Formats: sequence, structure tokens, C-alpha cells
Amino acid sequence: MKHMTRKATRHVSQNEGLIFEKSSPGKAAWKLPPLDVPEVDTNELLGPLERMHLGNMPEVSEIEIIRHFTRLSTWNYAIDLGMYPLGSCTMKYNPRVNEVVSRLDGLANGHPYQPEKISQGALRIIKTLSDCLLEITGMDAITLQPAAGAHGELTGLLLVRAYHDSKGVPRKKVLIPDSAHGTNPATAATVGYAVENLKSNASGMVDIAALEAQMNEEVAALMLTNPNTLGIFEREIHKIADILHAKGGLLYMDGANMNALVGKVRPGDFGVDVMHLNLHKTFSTPHGGGGPGSGPVAIKKVLEPFLPTPVLISKPDGTLGFDYDRPQSVGRVRAFYGNFGMFVRALAYILANGPDGLRQTTEDAVLNANYIRNGLEGPYDLPYASPSMHEVVFSDKLQAKKGVRTMDIAKRLIDYGFHPYTTAFPLIVPGALMIEPTESESKEELDLFVEAMKAIAEEVEDDAETVRTAPHSTRVARLDETAAARRPILRWKPTLKPEA
Amino acid sequence: MRYLPKSPTDREAMLKAIGAKSIDDLFAPIPAEYRLNRDLKVPRQMAESEIVDWFRERSRENGDGQSIFLGAGAYYHYRPVIIDSLILRGEFLTAYTPYQAEISQGTLQSIFEFQTMISELTGMEVANASMYDGSTAAAEAVMMAVRLTGRRSVAVARSVHPEYREVLTTYAFHQGMALATVPFTGDGRLDLKALENAISSDTACVLIQSPNFFGTIEDAEALAEIAHRKGAMLVVSIAEAISLGIIEPPRSADVIAMEAQSLGVPLGFGGPYCGVIATREQYVRQMPGRLVGQTTDRSGKRGFVLTLATREQHIRREKATSNICTNQALIALMANIFMTVYGKIGLKELARQNLAKTAYATQQFGKHARVLFPGAPRFNEFVVQTNEDPYAINSRLLGHKIVGGLPLKKFYPELGHASLWCCTELSTRSAIDTAAGLVAESERSVRSAREETVEEVAR
Repeated sequence: MKHMTRKATRHVSQNEGLIFEKSSPGKAAWKLPPLDVPEVDTNELLGPLERMHLGNMPEVSEIEIIRHFTRLSTWNYAIDLGMYPLGSCTMKYNPRVNEVVSRLDGLANGHPYQPEKISQGALRIIKTLSDCLLEITGMDAITLQPAAGAHGELTGLLLVRAYHDSKGVPRKKVLIPDSAHGTNPATAATVGYAVENLKSNASGMVDIAALEAQMNEEVAALMLTNPNTLGIFEREIHKIADILHAKGGLLYMDGANMNALVGKVRPGDFGVDVMHLNLHKTFSTPHGGGGPGSGPVAIKKVLEPFLPTPVLISKPDGTLGFDYDRPQSVGRVRAFYGNFGMFVRALAYILANGPDGLRQTTEDAVLNANYIRNGLEGPYDLPYASPSMHEVVFSDKLQAKKGVRTMDIAKRLIDYGFHPYTTAFPLIVPGALMIEPTESESKEELDLFVEAMKAIAEEVEDDAETVRTAPHSTRVARLDETAAARRPILRWKPTLKPEA
Repeated sequence: MRYLPKSPTDREAMLKAIGAKSIDDLFAPIPAEYRLNRDLKVPRQMAESEIVDWFRERSRENGDGQSIFLGAGAYYHYRPVIIDSLILRGEFLTAYTPYQAEISQGTLQSIFEFQTMISELTGMEVANASMYDGSTAAAEAVMMAVRLTGRRSVAVARSVHPEYREVLTTYAFHQGMALATVPFTGDGRLDLKALENAISSDTACVLIQSPNFFGTIEDAEALAEIAHRKGAMLVVSIAEAISLGIIEPPRSADVIAMEAQSLGVPLGFGGPYCGVIATREQYVRQMPGRLVGQTTDRSGKRGFVLTLATREQHIRREKATSNICTNQALIALMANIFMTVYGKIGLKELARQNLAKTAYATQQFGKHARVLFPGAPRFNEFVVQTNEDPYAINSRLLGHKIVGGLPLKKFYPELGHASLWCCTELSTRSAIDTAAGLVAESERSVRSAREETVEEVAR
């Protein structure tokens, strides 16, 4: 490596097999207390339904489990180790107080069906978070029931459907810009809508003329991400909303990029009718290797009758409770009330920030993205010159001339001690590098990142092969994904012996 | 703000580098009329100690230290402490979906182990990396059967968790899927005759739950036989995963949609939980959700990757098997650690304790009140029918720091004054005795009040 990696250094990591390979009969990591009721004859109780064998479940001791998972953990990159600039994923710091408060006994061990009388604490948390999110979005009502962003999209579109149905004119189509996240069209299809693609203009924004031409009484809604996936704020958002509303359509906002807006502008003020939030993005709940998420849906008054049941209400005596009697409701989208544990964390984040902290957070997120843009414009091609908000999208156009693609650069970044950016998305940018630093990065970390990216750009010129075959510093090299898909091995079996 | 790693000087230097006069320049793309020129009306910035105090107060208001006899899809089991020691490691907690396999092997291998253990426990060939929860997993499993069979309607057991059925109704409505409800009989099991009649040539699947909402274990083999004979699939929802430690899994099912909350996931007032779908290998390409597969790198070293992504929304967009994007990786990791701790022998012993507590409790309750559905085996739940309204009984129980069973009137009015009780290994004999005693007291007082009335009438 020609360039020194100032951020990363090599260290020894431990090898570790699958837990099943450590198992042997008679080892145990559990101990049950003596039974304080009479033993039962399971055969008498269950007859032929009694299970005799649990298959290949492991038998290991506690220290082995601790080491197993600790070793595994060290093979992961994480926000706690450094910058994780996955565009559109908002990998920000996950405050530890969130983890402490969500584990308080009365909250962690609260049963969803315990009487309302002893649920007031949980309900107060739901109410306070709801109020905060309504103020932040400028919307009128909210449901916290959806379990994740895509689940929020589903809920939002169900509300749209119910709204149009209530007018007696069900609509058939949903418009989705070509820059949208894949969940948008997938969700529209799940709800039974036909998806109509909306082309972006040369500035990377919604083409107003195209929207006007495509908008008609068959269109139920436009699903818009703002700022969009290029990190560009839709400047003509007011026109977009007006065009939709004039023909009776609704404006759905995918709130994936809300981290660019909190405290600076409110979707409810610029014409949005329904939107979802991702508590695991904007509001700091941990991503946990892929979930849990939480996808509250905030709406304007006209959609309120259709909210999923139950709906939180304040009772005349000042206590809180749930209202299940909602005749126009779209129904339930999940059992119980949603990912409550995530509500606790998101609220703890909001309380830790306050209005000034939330605004400063947004400003820093946008400042960081623009600082990176400034640092990398030149060595990397910037396909859209429109101003960036919280993320910036480059392309691999310059590097592709040497046969190096965005995924190669991403993999090489690993050797420099960073998690890659989002690759090959949005689809409207061939060979996209989508970079979202979030507010959680210091100037020093950003400087290291820019330095690493510039070093890789130079390597592409001098030694493209090193980049093309990266990473070179990880436990495993690039893995054979084609083989994995062609002959899927999706579980361990005793016959599958370890390679080494 | 203490989470932000920049000094005012840093910010100035960065603005200068960009060539911006002030931060406002960067927000210029937002039309001026929409910009917020005031503070958000949210509570002021709090110190960490204040935040902890605020939530402690809420925790206290939420009841603390009660003995809980509630189940109904959310089960109170002991959680070994190492679950939290391990999942709180930042490398698990603060990583995202393992798109970059080379630096995500920890998450990927743990998911592979999770898929393996779920397959072993359910008796299925493959399992996915997890779904939102049991209710949405059941709905997704049904939609999977619809895709696989090309049929459009579904027969749903009335003994499936009522809220799961509500979720399915929501999902099915806009897909134009017709749902037929199949009743249960006096032993709490699905009515086989009614099921025969409910399955038509357009029935994609039969959805049952086992142990069902009342705790009764269904005869899955018989149900599979009926479904398969008519070309429909059998989809089994399992809400209480500990049951798999001692109850034979429904091996003849085509798809199993499970809630793994019982495996080390806190009750947490209803979430986050961990759904998961398991099925036969031949159906894997119609299975929703993430999947981790084993492969090798250049040098032949074993490694793991996300695989079969061509089913998913980020590739297929509107043609994907589901719109699902995130899974419940961290919660799946809790379940994974829990299953590893108890393992082959512990899970069985744990399930046996649940069974013993429940057998004792049904005996105690049965002495003075009516325990419904005695004919079939049950796992850790049972329905108690009383003369008095269970809400009234429960409010007296609460005075003894006991949270009684779930009143069923809302979901099953035909069962009258019935409530659904649940015992786990954490239910103590003394709490069971107290609860059964108070229910008995209620039964006696109602009976004596009735006798008095009879006497009055006679006089």
C-alpha cells in the first residue's frame, strides 16, 4: 500500500467455528431452580405429541458462549469503531443512556395486556414521543404501530387507499420517482397499486412537467423522498404538492432522510399529507445488524379516521388509554402497539437533544456532507451539481475508465479503516457512491475519510488491481456470492465439516 | 450538545473550507417560506441524570414487581444475563445490515446459526433471518402460500391469536384475498368437519396456531392431511416458542411462522419482538425476508453472505416477494444466544417446568372454577371460566400484586366470563395458590349470593 492508513491498523483476531462444532453432550450453560410444584408425567399429558429429540441443538458452557459471540463481534465493523457512511441509512451514534432506560424493570417487563391502570408509564412515553414527533414533522396525528420503515410505508399507503375509498373513487396508481428506495414500489404493489415511474430532471429533482403530464384522477399518491436519495432538497416541493392536490391526490413523504430537516423545516408545512419516520435512522435507535426498526406514520387530519387500531387517547380523568372503536380504521398492521422499546430510545434521544440540540444535529449533518462533497469533488465525478443536504452522491465515472467500479472502491475503503458508503444506489446514477456521514463525525474523522478516498482515487491510476481485488486486510476476502445463490447452504448440518 | 463531536472553531473552519458564509447558506435550497424560524416545542435539553430520572418515574407508574399470569402472544420467561452482556457489544449493537460481508462476518455467522437452530426446532428445512414479529410473519407466510399455490383464499382458525388475525385481515384486504374463519370445538381444537367444508379449490392455505390462542395443541398432522388432500398448504403460527422444547413440531406443515419472543426477548410492552418464517427447501425462493448463506472466499475459506437477494425489494422493486427491508437482527441475536444457552437439553427441561407449573395451576383453578377445553393437551395457557366478570376479579387480584388472566370477552364473547391464564417457569407456586384462591373466593361468593337469591324467591 502506497499510502499510510492513518485510521486503521492490523490486529490479531481470533478464529472461531460455528457453535455446533463446539458442542458436546453433557456441557451446559443453564441451571433451572428446583421445581416448587409436582413433577409431571409428560407422556401422560402429551401422549404422541411429546417431543423426544431436539435435533442438532448445541450443548456448550457459558464461557464458550461468551467467547463465541465476543469473537464473532470482533469481525464486525460498527459505528462504535468509526465512520459508517452508508447513504440513506443514517448511521449515527446510538447513545448508551437509551439502552439503560429501555431496560428499566417496569418498561422492559411490562406486558402489553397488563391493565391500563398499571400501564400509565408506558402510555405516557408513547404520548410524549407522539407529541414530539408531531411537532417535529408539523403533522396532525400519528401511529407508532409500524415495526419498520417499509412497514410504515405500507401503513401510510393503506391510509391513502382508505381515504380514496371513503370518497367512493378508489384510485389505481402510485407515482414513484426513479430515484426512490426499492421499498416504495414494493410497498405500493403490496397494497395493490400499480406503480408508475416518474423521471427525474437534469438537476436530479422531480420533473415538474412530467409530473403534470402523469398526474390524473387515477393517481392516489406520489411517494416522494425529500431530500431525495441524491441528497437534494426538492426545491419545487410546493408546486409538487399543488399539482397532486389539484387532482385530488395525496403527497406521501418517505421520511428516510428526515435527518436533514429536523428543526429546520417541517414536512407538514410544505404540503405533505402522510409520511413515515425511521426511528432507527433519525432518532438514534440502534441498527443492531439489521433491526429492529420502528416506522411511525404521521398524517394530516383528513386521514385520522383511518389510523390503525388501537389509537392512544387521553381520557377525561387525565389518564391515558387505547381506543379500539374506530369504525373507519384500516385495521391493525402489527400485534400489540409497535416496537415500544424503540419508542423509549427515540424519546431519550429527543430529551437529550432538546430543540437546540436537534437543530444543531441537523446543521452538523448537512455541514459534514458538504465538507465531504467539497473534499472529493474533482477526484470523483459529481453527476448532479444541485446543492447537497445530508448526503452526497458521486459516481465511479472517472475510475471506471480504469476498470474500477464503485464496489471496488467501497471494498478498498475497508482497508483504510472505514465502512463503505452505499454502492450502486440510487439507480439513476450509474456506479453511484452514496455518502452520508451524519452529524456524529468529527472534523478529524472526516479528514481521514477524505484522505482515504483521495488515496484510493490515486491508487486507481497507479495500481488499479489492488483496488479491484480489495479488501486485503479482512478475515475473509471477497466471497463467492454467485455460488452462495446457485447452491444455497442456509443452515449447518453435521455432514458439513469446517474447512480449517 | 454532548453527542456532537465538533467545537465552534471546527464548524467555522469547515464552513470556510466549503466557501459558505454561514450554516444558513447550506439550507438555502429550502424555500424561505417553509423554513422554521423558531425553536421546536419539545422539552428542553436534559442532562443524562434527568433523563434516567424521567424514565424511572415512568417505569414506576408502569407497575413493578407484580406476578404476571398473562400470555396471549407475549410470554414472561427468564432471560439469562449474558444475552444483554453480548448484544450490548457495540460491534453487534451499532452495525447495520451486513451488506459488506467482509466486515460483517460476526452478524452473518450468528444469523446463520439462528437459521440453523430455528430449522432444527421447527423441524423445517430452512428458516429466514427474522421478520418483524409473529403477527406479520403469519401474514407474510399466508401471502407466500398464495404465491406458491396461485390460489386466492385462506381458511383461518378462529383459535389463531385475534390480533394476528386482524393483521392478516389488513394485509389480505387490498390483495383481494378472501378469508374464511374456521371454528373450534369443545376441546379447544379446530373443528375438522368445518375445516373440510371451508376449503375450496381456491384455498391457498389453512392458517392455524399451535399451541393455539387458548394454549391447546392442535392435531397438526390431521389438519395437514385435510389441507393437502384439497391442494392447500398448511401454515402454522407458533406464538410460544418454548413449547418446541417438549411438543413435537408440526413437521407436515408447509410453512411455519413463528414469534421468537419467548426465546430471551423481554416483554417490553409488546415489542420489539422477533418473527421468523421456516419452510421446505423447495419453497425458499418464495420466502420473504433476508437469508444468510454459506460460501467461500478466493482462498477457499468459509464465510457467510446475504443471499437469494433477487427475491427482495432493493433488486426486484414492485415485483419483490415482500416490501420488507429490515429484519430484527439484534432480537434474533437475543434468541440465538438464548437457544445456545439452553441448547438441546435445557430447552426440554425448561419446557417441562412450564408444563408442570401449568398442570399444577389448572388443577388448582379447576377445584373451584371451570377450566375450559379439557379434552386436548395444552402447553402453558388455559382458559378459566368464572361466574363473576374477570375484570372485577382481576382488579381484586391487582391489590395482591397479581396480574390475572386476559379477559376474553372482547375477542370471544361466546365464552362468557372467561379469561386466558398463562404460567411459565417464573410463576411461583405461592402466586398460583394466591391467584387460584382469590378466583375460588369469587366463585364461592357468587354462588352463595345466587343461593341467597334462590332462597329469597323460595320464601
